[in-house]
Amino acid sequence: MSAMSDAPNGQDPQLLRRLLRAKDRIDGASHEDWPVSRLAQVSHVSEAHFARSFKEAFGVPPHRYLLTRRIERATALLRETPLSITDIAFQTGWRSLGTFGRIFRDVTGESPGAMRQRARAAERALASVPACIVSAAHRPDLRTAVLEKRRRAAGATKDAQPTKEIQ
Amino acid sequence: MSQGVQVAGVYVRDQDEALAFYVDKVGFRVHTDMRNGDFRWLTVQYPEQPLFQLGLFVPGPPVHDGATAQALNAMVAKGAMPSLVLQVSDCRAACERMRANGVEFTQEPTERYGTVDAGFRDPSGNGWKLIEARR
Repeated sequence: MSAMSDAPNGQDPQLLRRLLRAKDRIDGASHEDWPVSRLAQVSHVSEAHFARSFKEAFGVPPHRYLLTRRIERATALLRETPLSITDIAFQTGWRSLGTFGRIFRDVTGESPGAMRQRARAAERALASVPACIVSAAHRPDLRTAVLEKRRRAAGATKDAQPTKEIQ
Repeated sequence: MSQGVQVAGVYVRDQDEALAFYVDKVGFRVHTDMRNGDFRWLTVQYPEQPLFQLGLFVPGPPVHDGATAQALNAMVAKGAMPSLVLQVSDCRAACERMRANGVEFTQEPTERYGTVDAGFRDPSGNGWKLIEARR
């Protein structure tokens, strides 16, 4: 990594604008699959550079960003719709209810059902803020890999193998 | 005389590009376009909102040093600046018109909370929400 890209704002704005396009595409369709190859194509960046450039620009690896958007959307659906948790899991891009529930808990610290109850109780207070802003305010702040978070919660004492980002 | 905000601005990477975008594609009109050497004061205005001007400013000298300008350009390009909201009477119609003009939409019109909203970006990276006025 060059000294240049270690600087806080060292990335080329033209590259950043193209990376933003990939981020926007995730935002627009977080229920879809977003392999690095697809995102790299949107940004006109090589696959080898995409994940690192994205993380440098936005602070999280692309897949983790995708997870936060899915959880954010699931949270909004839990709060705003009467859809079943199963429907919400599939609509937000998970292939199994179990994976959805587990990652949801890992990221937010509570189950989808508990989140729904709590959020509904609080929803009235936010009625005058634009919906997208409310939604973004509820975006989980996922600073560590999901597996890392899960391991810490489990109280593991050893520094285990480098965490592989969960798919 | 009425009091209130007269000008608020966004940073853009190129004022000609921004002018073409906001005027030809979105529907603003030029309010002021004044040059003084390299400095250009450029504001646009939504036809139905004559008391407000949106400034289209390029980071750089004499206001910013090179590193600051680069940082500001990077912030805009990564979408880190706050979103703006454009209120329209018909969100879907506005989207169609703007899309035909080549505007890059980041979110399709979505009906929720008793209105319709969509999202787009300017070429520099500034994000906009297009929200239909509640009737």
